[in-house]
Amino acid sequence: MNGWMHHLIIAPVLIPLVAGAILLFFDERQRFVKGMISLTSALLVLAVALTLFRIEIDPQGFDGVYLLGNWKAPFGIVLVVDGLSALMLLLTALLAVAVLIYSLARWHAAGAHFHTMFQLLLVGLNGAFLTGDLFNLFVFFEVMLAASYGLLLHGSGPLRVKAGMHYIAVNLAAALLFLIGVSLIYGTAGTLNMADLAARIPEIEPDRRMLMEAGAGVLGIAFLIKAGMWPLCFWLPTAYSAASAPVASIFAIMSKLGIYIILRLTMLLFGEGPSAGFGADVLLYGGLATLVFGTIGVFASQALGRLAGFSVLVSSGTLLMVLGINDGAISSGALLYMVSSTLTISAFFMLIELVERGQDAGANVLAVTMEAYGDDEDEPEEGGGVTMPGTMAILGTCFAACGILLSGLPPLSGFVAKFAMLSAMMGTGAIGVPPTAAVWTLVILVIFSGVAALISMTRVGIRTFWGSIEGVVPRVLVIEIMPVMFLLALTLVLTVRAGPAMHYMDTTIRTLSNPTVYIDAVRNAVVAGEDRPASAGIGEGD
Amino acid sequence: MEIILSIAIGVMTACGVWLILRPRTYQVIIGLSLLSYAVNLFIFGVGGVKTNVPPILSDDVAISTLTDPVPQALVLTAIVIGFATTALFLVVLLASRGLTGTDHVDGRDDRK
Repeated sequence: MNGWMHHLIIAPVLIPLVAGAILLFFDERQRFVKGMISLTSALLVLAVALTLFRIEIDPQGFDGVYLLGNWKAPFGIVLVVDGLSALMLLLTALLAVAVLIYSLARWHAAGAHFHTMFQLLLVGLNGAFLTGDLFNLFVFFEVMLAASYGLLLHGSGPLRVKAGMHYIAVNLAAALLFLIGVSLIYGTAGTLNMADLAARIPEIEPDRRMLMEAGAGVLGIAFLIKAGMWPLCFWLPTAYSAASAPVASIFAIMSKLGIYIILRLTMLLFGEGPSAGFGADVLLYGGLATLVFGTIGVFASQALGRLAGFSVLVSSGTLLMVLGINDGAISSGALLYMVSSTLTISAFFMLIELVERGQDAGANVLAVTMEAYGDDEDEPEEGGGVTMPGTMAILGTCFAACGILLSGLPPLSGFVAKFAMLSAMMGTGAIGVPPTAAVWTLVILVIFSGVAALISMTRVGIRTFWGSIEGVVPRVLVIEIMPVMFLLALTLVLTVRAGPAMHYMDTTIRTLSNPTVYIDAVRNAVVAGEDRPASAGIGEGD
Repeated sequence: MEIILSIAIGVMTACGVWLILRPRTYQVIIGLSLLSYAVNLFIFGVGGVKTNVPPILSDDVAISTLTDPVPQALVLTAIVIGFATTALFLVVLLASRGLTGTDHVDGRDDRK
């Protein structure tokens, strides 16, 4: 095996778990120490994610299957890193570092245990991206959700408690659906290992297959709630706009987790064989409805927070529809879109708080809660940290960049991603098949949702930056605006390096659409301390 | 045996669904608890209902008389996680009651 490199696979789960545990031993007043531990952990995870990502660019001979407890595949739990999970890990780690730096300015002081919950959220996210076992996925999902309940309530206040209660109730119900789905699948297929399950699906008898598909459907609903498909999404804009800025910002990746799991499971279980295409129509029309609902919401929202919340829905709707169409070239464009839109929305949520700082009553609420938690006297409201010069100009530029990204105009990556999707849809790409009515609808809706974002962003921008006669310049620290600029700069990098990025997405989708690669990798994983059996002679070399 | 188990699951699910659609937070939490009991029993059920058979394979036990241990392990995990999240929901419920002065899920009472 590749020696110690192989153990990097579990590091994205272990590092934040240990950091989260250590953080509990520090008193809330030692904020600087806590912040530094948390940031160190996030940076380490970023380094690991970057290493795994670089390996996955050219995975020659790297065995991405990690057997937990050294049990052979269908009996023990496996972690699997492939192109898709490495991409998601990297995206999560980038967001986490940016959000943590942002929160160090003031938000981490607005309540207890911010850093611990943040690290546990990372544990849940990274674990869910890595795991190759359905029930283990449930456990990581719950770890992530439990941390997110706490984070959503961070900063307190009636609005957050109300949104938090709805959020928790919806997600508890979703967790129960998850369990029903998992147990139905176990009852019919007799396995919880994803690779083993995919291999067994063709062998299931027709009467049991129906039950297995019902289980998969119930399971899918749990993820669609997380991803925010139309009739299941009404909690999302409220919860995201009520959350404090750094929390909403990291939540942007949480809705993508739902998309990730649906992508992974549909490609693996329903890519080919007798159950091929199961649920594709639901994703297609559900995504369509989500896109329409999100676009209307973007038009209708007056507050910036809700605008961003509905942008999450627009992004989810687009991705779900593409999953429903399930075509190679479109899907790889959609992966690029997913990365680009997650970075954008995350940056946008942080930016909103900075822009609105001078105007609304939210800052007062924060001041009150910070007082309740004993804000240090030596850390007064004014004067802590370096203030950003030319605040309005920089905020305005970032805001414009967000607008450009959300509406998909050149030169930033929103344009490249949408262009990649649309050109593949209209048949000028690699496939050359004339598009169907559903695809045309999607093309129209994607373009229209971009126009909606442009109109809304322009309207809000004019009101915020040009319309305010009083000229209250918000006081913005360098460490608050830097993460926003960092995420926006990443989208610029994504534009410049669009060629290699698209190549990576193409390779990823091609690997995903051939489930035997994944199945064989998991089934033939070798137990450590034991040489590959000479008699078997299957699989590639180490 | 199977009939009794299915009726129990069905009744609890029905009650649970009705309760989580009610406007009071206390009803919602009882509904969620009932639903999680129903789900736990359901997970038990998918392993096949057997009485008085061991879940551990040993030499003097025939494989046909073995009960599946995996659903039991799943139920155990589900119970722990369900318990923790219910406790957390209870805290949020109390916070909401304290902040808004009502136990309505939306934080306001429309009956007046």
